[in-house]
Amino acid sequence: MSHTAEALHHDDGSAVKEIWKVTLILSVLTIVELILGFWMMGVSDPGARLAIKGTIVILMIAKAFYIVGYFMHLKHEIKNLIMTIVVPLALFIWFITAFLYEGNSYKNLRNRYDPYKKAQTEIKVHKNEEVKEIKTTVE
Amino acid sequence: MSTVTATAAPTKLWGGGKSPFNVEYGKLMMWYFLMSDAFTFGAFLISYGTIRFSSNGWPNPNEVFKSFPFAPEGVHAPLVFVSIMTFILIISSVTMVLAVHAGKQMDKNAVVRNLILTILGGIAFLSCQAWEWTHLHAEGAWWGANPFLNADGTQSSTNFTNYFFTITGFHGFHVFSGVVINIIMLIMTLMDKFEKRGHYLMIEKAGLYWHFVDLVWVFVFTCFYLI
Repeated sequence: MSHTAEALHHDDGSAVKEIWKVTLILSVLTIVELILGFWMMGVSDPGARLAIKGTIVILMIAKAFYIVGYFMHLKHEIKNLIMTIVVPLALFIWFITAFLYEGNSYKNLRNRYDPYKKAQTEIKVHKNEEVKEIKTTVE
Repeated sequence: MSTVTATAAPTKLWGGGKSPFNVEYGKLMMWYFLMSDAFTFGAFLISYGTIRFSSNGWPNPNEVFKSFPFAPEGVHAPLVFVSIMTFILIISSVTMVLAVHAGKQMDKNAVVRNLILTILGGIAFLSCQAWEWTHLHAEGAWWGANPFLNADGTQSSTNFTNYFFTITGFHGFHVFSGVVINIIMLIMTLMDKFEKRGHYLMIEKAGLYWHFVDLVWVFVFTCFYLI
């Protein structure tokens, strides 16, 4: 049934060509993400790190679009089907915004009103040295 | 009366007599299942994000995931192993699309070949994940145990390992189910089940599930290893 409907959309050669084109796009996006990831290791400025992380998230959404649109074939389905899938997913906009805001707010409130907890999270530990000391005493 | 209008105007999708979404029932239900699954994974990842945003410190993923199989202990190779895992999953997704495409052409041999490649990709990914979990466990990381320090050298909570093992474990379980489904599809293809039915629609549904597994990995990979 959908078999005949899809045959009308595009013929054989162009469908296979599209698969390889999307494969190339996904690979390039992944490689760019990895380059940004490696680059970020040497960046210590919080603002710059945030900008790189934002770019990685945008690339991630682009990858999701290509997987859902082309590999899962949603882009070639009719509009009704696309809407019944994509519109409920808009709930994620609220979901992500509200919860990340909530987490950040909780951190700020706790740091302001619970100074003991804040001091506890600021103590530096030297775990590696401790482990070495234990090893030498055992030997 | 209604049949008259349906034949007179075939563009009326909601007039009855045909699927208003122009897909088979099972495929539509697979889409709805995947949507609900997306919310489950979304809830996990957003919960992880909330806890991370509420913490004063968090381990640096480049310090935690820096190992590589057969490499000497203490090697510093962040992102290398996980990028291999990512490419394995992308390529297995591509072979799955090719299997679905071959199914539309009723090309049994190509379906079998691409399904086998997809299954091998899935098994390779699971093996990589098994190695990574074993390695982290040997380092002392598990649910409720976190040997890593925060990026700023302060004591880290067990939130990091709890979320890592829960979410990658849940994803790994999806990969495992996908491999099992693909093996069933392969057996059914070899038994000529789809050839007798006259269509390979079942492969398309299995394909949707497999692509979803790849899609979730895109998010898990970004949230845990990259940022």
